[in-house]
Amino acid sequence: MRIVVDLNRCQGYAQCVFLAHEVFRLSGEETLTYDPNPDDARRLQVERAAAACPVQAILIDRLEGAQPRSVTS
Amino acid sequence: MTVPARVAELVRDFKANGRIVIVGASLAGLRAAEALREEGFSGPLTIIGDEPHEPYDRPPLSKQVLKGWVPADHTELPRLRELDAQWRLGVAATGLDRTAKQVLLADGERVPYDRLLIATGTRARQWPNPTEAALAGVYTLRSRDDAARLRQALAAGPSRVLVIGGGFIGCEVASVCRELDIPVTLVERGSAPLVGALGGVIGEIAAQMQRDHGVDLRCEVGVLSLEGDASGHVRRARLSDGTTVEADVVLASLGSIRNVEWLEGSGLAAGFWGVGCDAGGRAFDINGVVTDSVYVAGDVARAPHVLYEYQFLAMEHWDNAVLGAQVAAHNMVSLEPDYRPHLLLPGFWSGQFGVNIKSVGVPPFGDEIVFTQGSAKQRRFAAAYGRRGRIVAAVTFNNGKWLEYYGRMIEQSAAFPPPLPGWDRPDDMKPIAADFPEPGVPTATSDVVLTGHDPNQRTAEFRPRGR
Repeated sequence: MRIVVDLNRCQGYAQCVFLAHEVFRLSGEETLTYDPNPDDARRLQVERAAAACPVQAILIDRLEGAQPRSVTS
Repeated sequence: MTVPARVAELVRDFKANGRIVIVGASLAGLRAAEALREEGFSGPLTIIGDEPHEPYDRPPLSKQVLKGWVPADHTELPRLRELDAQWRLGVAATGLDRTAKQVLLADGERVPYDRLLIATGTRARQWPNPTEAALAGVYTLRSRDDAARLRQALAAGPSRVLVIGGGFIGCEVASVCRELDIPVTLVERGSAPLVGALGGVIGEIAAQMQRDHGVDLRCEVGVLSLEGDASGHVRRARLSDGTTVEADVVLASLGSIRNVEWLEGSGLAAGFWGVGCDAGGRAFDINGVVTDSVYVAGDVARAPHVLYEYQFLAMEHWDNAVLGAQVAAHNMVSLEPDYRPHLLLPGFWSGQFGVNIKSVGVPPFGDEIVFTQGSAKQRRFAAAYGRRGRIVAAVTFNNGKWLEYYGRMIEQSAAFPPPLPGWDRPDDMKPIAADFPEPGVPTATSDVVLTGHDPNQRTAEFRPRGR
């Protein structure tokens, strides 16, 4: 799956780190880093983390195993 | 049929049958494409990208990717909706014919459009000496492939990394090197790292932070040349102060160059600072006349900003790409009463040496700075930038929760120094000079710039006065 965190919006509450610590990590006190393409097996965890984010900064792929519709060349 | 009814029908017809081409398949291009479909555009949509990869996110490249946690190819951006589009990846746009309304591709093909979005972004500035730049071990960092190569070099355990340029990328890479326990030297021509973006007062704090983490920081020094060994691998750098640095990995982090070369001869207002457009994303032609069919978004766009005296602002920021693309997409399929402006308060973040640096507004627009919260010594603070008695920007170190407050103050053009929030006030709250380098002093340029008009680079068609 694919995710992205809007780090302008993120304020380092770190709820996601508690809920999906394999995917989200704090580096220092409030710098969030994360795995943008976590394993699909973690989808539920990641969705919980996204739902729990107080500033709703985590965006998740809307498509299961999304691939572009028509890739040419 | 009344005129308004006919116009409404034209819009409906364009949304159903118009051809839209997006040049640039990164964050701005992807979000624009999604927004176009969201707006109900159902005509043919083509996305052209010079890299062979699907749109990916760049900020992780200089952080979790370099550190080795996330592979470079695990940075693909999520799709926010299903996207029916023709993707032309791995082929660069090489020209624009506005008369025929066609984009020229490197493979010779011409792609016709009714409306065009330019989102070609920027590329890394290479080390200026091509022979030295071609030495093995010399890197730049902008693309996913750049990051994969540099990661491999760091994983091999180099004896020392030399970072040339103390902008955000250079500082983040130096930070990763220290986390990986790799010796690192950072050379910056200005007085301190980050001086172009945040000024000398904050730069001095960033400098101390680097030294505390074991970075061999050399400021007000330039790199004269890079030298390789017999096998063509870089070994050392000669600096302007007469010293040499032995290093087997060199990162040239010299800022970015806007990808506008393909627009040469198109008659658009494209140049060093990007493609000029109005606040709604509509491109200007070279004479300053707004076009109807060409739009611009992301790093390559520069538009007048109401908060900064209508000066043209170019923002190499993540949310500028997202929001600018969405506004341009909306305006591409709308008519005048429904046009939207892209009036973003600039904002960015950078993680380095365990500190989260965030900013809103345009710090280099200010000439004074005042610490408003926390303590610089503890590297947890907020500071505001002012110009002529009003607040124009703010920066926080590990104090990001307060940034929204300063953002509101800037939007309201509040007085400087601003009314202070919170309780942790510093002892000294006197505004001091923010200490930005004079324009023209060579240093890593800020990634948000107020861009000037350079008459030497323009060929506007001046109209002779009639009798």
